[in-house]
Amino acid sequence: MLDNVDKGEIMSDLESFREETRAWLEANCPVEMRQPMRGEHDIVWGGRNCQLSEPQKLWLDRMAGKGWTVPEWPVEYGGGGLDKAHAKVLREEMKRIKARAPLQSFGIWMLGPALLKYGTHEQKLEHLPPITRGEIRWAQGYSEPNAGSDLAAVMTKCEDKGDHYLINGQKIWTSYADQADWIFALVRTDFTAKKHEGISFILVDMGQPGVTTKPIKLISGKSPFCETFFDDARAEKHNVVGDLNKGWTVAKYLLTHEREMIGGMGSGAMRPAGDVAVQMIGKDEQGRLDDPVLRTDITRLEIDGLAFMSTMERVADEAKAGQGVGANSSVLKYYGTELNKRRLELMMDSVGQDGLEWGADDDAAAHWLRTKGNSIEGGTSEVQLNIISKRILELPTS
Amino acid sequence: MAMVLNEEAGMLKDAARGFLADSAPIAQLRKLRDTDNADGFDRKTWAAMAEMGWTSVLVPEAHGGVEMGHVAAGVIAEEMGRTLTASPFLSTAIMGATALSRFGSDGQKGEWLPRIAAGEAITAIAVDEGRKHNPSKVATKAERSGNGFKLSGRKSFVAEGHVADMMIVSARTAGGEAEAEGVSLFLVPIDAAGVSVERIKTVDSRNFATVTLDGVEVTADAALGEVDGGLTALEAVLDAGRAGLSAEMSGSAQECLASTVAYLKERKQFGQIIGTFQALQHRAAHLYSEVELGKSIVMKALQTLDAAPDHAAMMVSAAKAKLGQVAQMAAQEGVQMHGGMGMTDEFDIGFFMKRVRVAEALYGDANYHAEKFARMRQY
Repeated sequence: MLDNVDKGEIMSDLESFREETRAWLEANCPVEMRQPMRGEHDIVWGGRNCQLSEPQKLWLDRMAGKGWTVPEWPVEYGGGGLDKAHAKVLREEMKRIKARAPLQSFGIWMLGPALLKYGTHEQKLEHLPPITRGEIRWAQGYSEPNAGSDLAAVMTKCEDKGDHYLINGQKIWTSYADQADWIFALVRTDFTAKKHEGISFILVDMGQPGVTTKPIKLISGKSPFCETFFDDARAEKHNVVGDLNKGWTVAKYLLTHEREMIGGMGSGAMRPAGDVAVQMIGKDEQGRLDDPVLRTDITRLEIDGLAFMSTMERVADEAKAGQGVGANSSVLKYYGTELNKRRLELMMDSVGQDGLEWGADDDAAAHWLRTKGNSIEGGTSEVQLNIISKRILELPTS
Repeated sequence: MAMVLNEEAGMLKDAARGFLADSAPIAQLRKLRDTDNADGFDRKTWAAMAEMGWTSVLVPEAHGGVEMGHVAAGVIAEEMGRTLTASPFLSTAIMGATALSRFGSDGQKGEWLPRIAAGEAITAIAVDEGRKHNPSKVATKAERSGNGFKLSGRKSFVAEGHVADMMIVSARTAGGEAEAEGVSLFLVPIDAAGVSVERIKTVDSRNFATVTLDGVEVTADAALGEVDGGLTALEAVLDAGRAGLSAEMSGSAQECLASTVAYLKERKQFGQIIGTFQALQHRAAHLYSEVELGKSIVMKALQTLDAAPDHAAMMVSAAKAKLGQVAQMAAQEGVQMHGGMGMTDEFDIGFFMKRVRVAEALYGDANYHAEKFARMRQY
């Protein structure tokens, strides 16, 4: 007893949190959820159409019960209420036992942060808790056939019908729209205002006849994206986020999150390129990768990868300290996606002819092809360079 | 560790920037070059740096220093990279201080560290012998002689060798020419009999030396660290220098970018400010991204040197390789975007191109460190 008291006094708050977390995870994370994911089908996206295995469901419910599907969101909206330091401990402890993420979704990554910043208390109460429990899966309705890089040119029409809005138009590149339950969309609510000033950010239930989706087959053979059609779709009036006609502000904020997410993809989670290459190709008698030119390329890639990860860390730390440049998210998007494309080119070089098989188990070729979209989606590399040029370097426009 | 400067380092940065802009701008380097100054640096400026504590930034308090660490040393080096200030800061305050404080005997520390901290002694590292950096390839011999050693050989590309009071010399006490084992380090006073120093002017308007050792006798006390096992200490000293050079190159790259962007906002062609052209905007924006990555990896390397000096080698090599690439790119893109003016001696941008070429080569170029990185990664 005395021993425990002493220990408790000495142990800092973080250390005791670590100990509790470790014990809780040990007791509650099913063994199946400590195995590496075998592919995209092992990701738990949540939503009404989601088929969960028993361990996946158990893990999701237990984590959601603690608010740990979104550890840093406020408790009243289903989050864990943790500060950054405690959330870091949780991440580290999950990593220690190789626990899978219980839930991943656009609701967590994109809509949540936007609602937390711009939503009303009622909107947060209505939409955030179902996200944290994996009950509702969200899609993002941004691009249109004629509004790609020029996103503010969206023309999907949203009319005020007194007690509700009526929406007509088409979205494209809506990720997993055929699996989603709700969509957050940019719509035009004022056709007479200037391009950026007539846009609103609206939440629409996809479970109505006026909303239909059609998958788009990509060069990878897969269909992660859809076209989404609105034909007299209805949205409730309280589902406009932020002020009417001020949706561009919300859109830009959310794009910042999306850019950091896309830019960060593939930086930490994947096996280092050098390890993959050694496994595939082997070493020469001097212990070097048995392909000297590839070895050089991989070395440069890994060094750039380290510099990139350090930059992600620095940008986050600067933001925390109230320093730094907001538009640096464009640097992360630009560099991270170009780096990921390089990484997958070198992976294809490493896998060699075996990687050329169509429909192989490891889907190396599909993964390689998918990364080509990284520097297009969420604002092309060229758009990011424009943003850096204007917002950071403050170069003039003609 | 958070990747932001703490308050102390932030204040040091502001102070360094102010002092260097006022007292040691690029105009000073031009003057040193144009007057063929025999020292290759300004002694009054060096004394002022010592006064401000810069020379004691890595010297322990017990020996008269302020021991602020490698992040702080890097802050100073980075600011010097902006103004291309010539000084023995790298060879003495970073490498000399690291060598003595980490590997020196009590006697060696007592003799040299207070003088380094006070700006009274300049030290140099005599390591290279050929045209490419390779610290384990040592032909210089140290033969046992009486109670001490007798050194013979030739060292090239010795930074500040022409003004040093003491040199840290790598020499072979055992083993074959390219073996890791059998390398030892010695403290050799510049006035020892048999030492001859030839000053070499380099492309960056700075000075190096070729040092010849002809049967130079030193006592057993002159050995720094372990005899025959000196390569570990040497690599640690070199890594401190490499990180400092990376910080310097980061400062130079930032300055190249800033002056180039300023030029893009001012120069007109075709009736327009050339900065409105997307072709140039994208080159500048890409360069900005590279410079940002460079800043991050340098900070990471410096923080690792402070937190875990024995495990910093990989991060330091990554930083030196990356900054070698980034700084040269910044200088080359800078010259291109300055157009014809970039080719003139009147504009400063060319000075940056010349200095980063030297800094990139010193203590291992980008290729050397990429190769070293790959070996440490075991591929």
